[in-house]
Amino acid sequence: MITSWFAVLVLAWVLYFVLEGFDFGVGILAPVLGRDEHERGAAIRTVGPFWDGNEVWLVAAVGVTFAAFPAWYAALMSALYLPMVAILLLLAIRGVALEFRGKHDSATWRRRCDLLLAASSGGIVLLWGAVLGVFVDGLALGADGEVTGTGLSRSLGPLFTPAAGLGALAAVGAAILLGATFLALRTTGPVRRRARDVARHTGTFGAVALLLIGIGTGSRLTLAAAAIVFIAGLQARRSREATSFAAVATAVAATVVAVFTTHGDVVLRSTLDPAWSLTRASAAAGPEALRLITVAGVIILPGVLIYQAWSYWVFRRRIASDRVPS
Amino acid sequence: MDVLDLTRLQFAVVTIYHYLFVPVSICLSATAAGFQLAWMRTGRDKYLHLTKFTGKLLIVTFAIGVVTGLVQEFQFGLGWSAFARFYGDVFGPTLAIEGMLAFFLEATFLALWYFGWDRLPRRIHAATIVIVAVGTLLSAYIILAANSFMQNPVAYALDESTGRAHLTSFTELLTNEVLLAAFPHTMGGAAMAGGGLLMAIGIWRVAADPAFRTLSRVGAWVMLIGGAVTAISGDHLGKVMTAVQPMKMAAAEALYETTTAAPFSVFAIGELGHDRPFFSIEVPGLLSFLGTGSFGGTVQGIDDLQAAYVAQYGPGSYVPMIPVAFWTFRLMMGAGVLAMILAAYHLWSLPDARWGRFALTRRLPRLLQPAQGTPRWLRRFVLLGPVLPAAANTFGWIFTETARQPWLAFGISTVADGVSPGLTRAEVIVSLIGFTLIYGLLAVAWYRLVVHLSRKPLAPAPEAVADAEPVPAY
Ligand code: HDD
Ligand code: HEM
Ligand code: HEM
Repeated sequence: MITSWFAVLVLAWVLYFVLEGFDFGVGILAPVLGRDEHERGAAIRTVGPFWDGNEVWLVAAVGVTFAAFPAWYAALMSALYLPMVAILLLLAIRGVALEFRGKHDSATWRRRCDLLLAASSGGIVLLWGAVLGVFVDGLALGADGEVTGTGLSRSLGPLFTPAAGLGALAAVGAAILLGATFLALRTTGPVRRRARDVARHTGTFGAVALLLIGIGTGSRLTLAAAAIVFIAGLQARRSREATSFAAVATAVAATVVAVFTTHGDVVLRSTLDPAWSLTRASAAAGPEALRLITVAGVIILPGVLIYQAWSYWVFRRRIASDRVPS
Repeated sequence: MDVLDLTRLQFAVVTIYHYLFVPVSICLSATAAGFQLAWMRTGRDKYLHLTKFTGKLLIVTFAIGVVTGLVQEFQFGLGWSAFARFYGDVFGPTLAIEGMLAFFLEATFLALWYFGWDRLPRRIHAATIVIVAVGTLLSAYIILAANSFMQNPVAYALDESTGRAHLTSFTELLTNEVLLAAFPHTMGGAAMAGGGLLMAIGIWRVAADPAFRTLSRVGAWVMLIGGAVTAISGDHLGKVMTAVQPMKMAAAEALYETTTAAPFSVFAIGELGHDRPFFSIEVPGLLSFLGTGSFGGTVQGIDDLQAAYVAQYGPGSYVPMIPVAFWTFRLMMGAGVLAMILAAYHLWSLPDARWGRFALTRRLPRLLQPAQGTPRWLRRFVLLGPVLPAAANTFGWIFTETARQPWLAFGISTVADGVSPGLTRAEVIVSLIGFTLIYGLLAVAWYRLVVHLSRKPLAPAPEAVADAEPVPAY
């Protein structure tokens, strides 16, 4: 039961990082790939109907973490207090910039929204990447499962470690790659052309970087991810956009799975004393709660996947980034 | 302030802010669905334009509800990790099920509705907004179940070995008597909040388009009906609360001694200490009626309750902040009643009201004749439409949450037990400042956008240039 809930939890986080990942990428790339307001608007409209549904995967992932592993949820959130607060604030700015952009007919308003969107998307990606890096490294957990330390450095300190830095860089690369392949898939006109170029170049670069990391850490999943990203770059060159997006998504998913399973049964490693690490069993909720969310998950989640897929089908038409007089 | 007080303040700021926008979303999604169904039945353009206008307000408000709600989901771990460990089994599943069952529904179908006008068949398209409205009610119900647990813990057992609370029955959690009373009460309050906004915009913009008159009328009716629901359910909620948390209701009246046929003071000047305030307007027997259903009933006083709690739970103070409880309770009711008066007056002053014809033909006295058109003073104070219900909602929550002190979950654990043990002051101060600043900016942007959207003509002008012919991506 605990293992299967761990699987559901990883699935929710994977879906979140893949789906929001392309939103973030589009946010970062829109001002770069869109040369004028209309092109930028077209780029942003590709995620218009989806970003909110994607973000709910974060609600689900956090909710499932809380429900199935309350001690893990408590330790992670309070240990990474300030990074999480920063992510939440940036997410607030980003969501509002996305939703408010098209509602005001003023060029200044839209330019400001575009800038806020790009800056907040970039910031969130950096922070999530750093948090995942910290997660692999472990935290200074004490015997009570709370992280020790004083002042601001208690929760900010872990962000200034090599693992966090590496994570942040990798996340930016992944988001740009996801965003570029998504934009290439979902637009026509100049934005599509430029997105394809970006995907090609970052694809090659990302594959090389992943290869080096994979050789360095000996992680087989990372090596596999390098191969997939390489394929994604190739497919983008041949304008096989759906395959190329799917390949990048698979690579990101594999990386997230790798992060969540690095320490096997240990879900949060204590850097002070291995005995203080949180394991799946010690963090898990009681059987009644687990049974309840199992039933709820089995009944509800398939429905969610179906209607979300339906919405991607309803909005399957490409967004034109060029305009014609009617 | 120490870490505990700062964390409480931070939680209060962030949650109250979330609850300024959420009730408006709940109400607007239902209203948009109503307008769209009216349009499908009558085919009148007016309803179509109002559907789209309400939809834009909904999208803008919903966005803020979403991003601030996300923060709520993290709050229990950020500032209250001890609480999260202790109650994880009760709270976690509730939040997870809310997310899976309600939020996915709302987010996905709202997008399908907003962007799907020309992509979906008419009936399916109308169904999507109805689903959104149902989703908002579902999420409100489930989150209130979590809150009602804290007011009146049910369906749990304490596990001696782990020291954690265990959920014993989800059905029981979902049928908590406090929840059954609080749900209609909060939904009535939500109707008032959304109705007040629509009424205000309708009154303000009536010169621009006759459809705005319909908007103001619908808004006023929604507000009035919502007000009736809050008043009736509030009376019931008060009785339930008197039974499960007698201290809260005694604090609401600053009633120190156990009293039979207790009066209700509408207004008081002076200290709310043991001595009676030197001036107060009282309605005899009303407090007994509110709490017990009979004007002669006995209401327990603070002193007796304190003594009883010391005997039951050990030494300590179990008395919440009396002036806060006393005044927030009155301000909630006062703001609500004022909002209802505003709505009633507006309906009354609409020139083509049927009542007007009735009053004229029956030659009713002057006082009962409707005013001809919305008077100037009402237009000047039109902002009160959305502000009063929002204030009532806020005061209601401050009352509910602060008058439960010192308990976090009533009778099981105190607020001081719940705060994250490792948290430092500097961290909470930084996050408090961050949230206050960013949330302040969001509110300004929301206000400007609502004003801008209301100023635009309701019927859209055709576009001069169109997007190139779209092709499917897959
Ligand atoms: C427009 C909003 C509004 C209006 C007009 C009223 N209320 Fe209210 N009230 C709320 C909005 C609200 C609320 C924000 O929805 C609360 C906070 C928590 C809750 O469950 O509902 C609340 C809480 C609340 C509580 C505390 C419940 C608890 O501790 O869980 C009581 C006893 C009442 N109300 C009673 C009343 C009465 C007798 C009213 C008479 C007219 C009234 N309310 C008007
Ligand atoms: C339904 C979901 C809610 C839950 C689960 C919840 C839970 C909590 C928790 C855990 C605390 C901190 C402990 C405490 O200080 O008592 C708290 C305090 C508080 N909450 Fe709620 N709350 C909910 C809804 C709301 C809403 C909607 C508002 C306001 C609009 C609100 C206003 C407050 C305030 C003002 C405090 C501070 C009280 C104090 O510290 O004295 N709450 N609540
Ligand atoms: C402190 C506890 C609370 C938590 C953890 C919480 C969580 C959330 C989250 C995560 C969202 C965003 C959903 C999305 O992405 O679509 C949200 C929105 C919403 N919340 Fe809250 N919330 C709390 C308090 C409340 C209360 C007290 C109510 C109502 C009585 C409420 C009703 C809603 C509704 C109806 C929405 C959807 C509409 C909107 O987004 O504006 N919430 N909440």
